Amino acid sequence: MRYPLNVTVNGLRASADVEPHRSLLSVLREEIGLTGPKEGCDDSECGACMVLLDGEPVNACSYLALQTDGRAVTTVEGVAPADGLHPIQRELLAAGGVQCGFCTPGIVMSAKALLDRNPDCDEDDVRHALAGNLCRCTGYQKIIAAVLRAARQPEHGPADRP
Amino acid sequence: MSRYFAPGNAAEAAELLRTTPGARVVAGGTDLVVAARGGKHPLPEVLVALHRVPELARVRETEAGIILGALTTHTWVERSGLVRSRWSALADAAAMIGSPATRSTGTIGGNLMNASPAMDLGSPLLVLDATVELRRTGGTRALTVAELLAGPGRTTAAPDELLSSVRIPAPVPGTGSAYIRLEHRRAMEIAIVGAAAALRFDSRGEIVAARLALTAAAPVCLRVPAAEAGLLGRRLDAEALAAAGRAAVAAVRPISDVRASADYRRAMTAVVVARALTLAARRAAAGSSVPGPDHPPTATGSVQ
Ligand SMILES: Cc1cc2nc3c(=O)[nH]c(=O)nc-3n(C[C@H](O)[C@H](O)[C@H](O)COP(=O)(O)OP(=O)(O)OC[C@H]3O[C@@H](n4cnc5c(N)ncnc54)[C@H](O)[C@@H]3O)c2cc1C
Ligand code: FES
Ligand code: FES
Repeated sequence: MRYPLNVTVNGLRASADVEPHRSLLSVLREEIGLTGPKEGCDDSECGACMVLLDGEPVNACSYLALQTDGRAVTTVEGVAPADGLHPIQRELLAAGGVQCGFCTPGIVMSAKALLDRNPDCDEDDVRHALAGNLCRCTGYQKIIAAVLRAARQPEHGPADRP
Repeated sequence: MSRYFAPGNAAEAAELLRTTPGARVVAGGTDLVVAARGGKHPLPEVLVALHRVPELARVRETEAGIILGALTTHTWVERSGLVRSRWSALADAAAMIGSPATRSTGTIGGNLMNASPAMDLGSPLLVLDATVELRRTGGTRALTVAELLAGPGRTTAAPDELLSSVRIPAPVPGTGSAYIRLEHRRAMEIAIVGAAAALRFDSRGEIVAARLALTAAAPVCLRVPAAEAGLLGRRLDAEALAAAGRAAVAAVRPISDVRASADYRRAMTAVVVARALTLAARRAAAGSSVPGPDHPPTATGSVQ
């Protein structure tokens, strides 16, 4: 049986009829057409699917889509201002924190969840915030440096939070 | 054909469990849905999602203690200054669970009802004398955590009972508590073994109240009454720590699995017991200290 889902994604209303077992990730990618969140493990281990639900990080692969009804989801497509990049994205590019890029959307969302709450973070905070995100390419150092640099910029504020 | 309900209050949720065969509750889904994605168990045919039930998310502080609604997330516990200072062992455990996403999604009710022997909230709740309220259509009952946990993945709750809240009494002033787990890495990890302790001392530095419980050392998290009794009336010196460790090792029934052998778990039980007691004592002396939310105490890196 399908049930109606009405969810705000990146500030816009989206609707779909979905079965109870469908994951938020599959609905974002296949019904709503947002392919920024990636499927790595489909099992809550890798963080490639990370999105924000009401401002908090969630593994979209393992969250029931119907449980987001009436709530607000932010994906990587929703973080940048119209005319550029989010500071986290900019610093990842500048630092070389992106290689194949598969982990990047999830890293951006976990980092954003941290900076929205605690821009005053230190390296240990960043490592803890990214504990659920695997990267097979970069070795993490450049990612962590980028997030710390983004944190020091005044403009990264939570303005784009839905 | 699978069905889905998202009731708006606890009475309705309980009634759905009573009247719909095969119905199972989903809170954050970090156990239930993740097990299904990993292929461990298929998702139940009928899902009763609880996230829309405000009364299950409520936290109430009273003179007598705190009542955490079943939907209280690990993130909430980890960020609560009150829990960190008064019920430190629980805050230690909540801060260790999974990743930030696991903690902001996973709930206290789900952790208890999933009843993994390695659940991190079990031992802290045991040493803090917590009780749970189970609710079904027509009534509620209160159980201790020890009465709730029946075995790996099993509780004594009936299929039509909801866990509605967890009640933790206010600690006697001067009590310190702590939870320590042994793990291979600092995050996204499950306990190899863990220990929670709560201690109170008199003015001469002798122990007047002691609680000790173990994680991932037996089919359920369990208290060790022999170790607790042995601590009373003495100082927490090396000998007392060793005696508590011996009593704990005598009480465990560990398994061998991918994380560790039974022998290793048995040997490390004494190590986590000593560390948990030591940290609890330090907090008791400091009038209960506040661990920072992002730096849970772990035993990693210091195992000889
Ligand atoms: C990546 C990852 C890391 C993890 N790390 C840890 C860890 O370090 N330590 C740890 O202890 N756990 C860990 N877990 C397990 C899990 O996150 C926790 O046990 C969590 O608290 C479960 O809560 P939930 O709301 O997601 O439960 P759900 O998955 O929604 O439910 C779990 C079970 O409890 C039942 N249930 C839930 N709520 C109720 C209720 N109110 N009344 C009756 N039954 C109910 C469900 O029917 C189901 O059987 C991890 C999980 C993942 C995916
Ligand atoms: S795809 Fe969701 S955590 Fe890996
Ligand atoms: S850049 Fe390739 S996985 Fe991170």
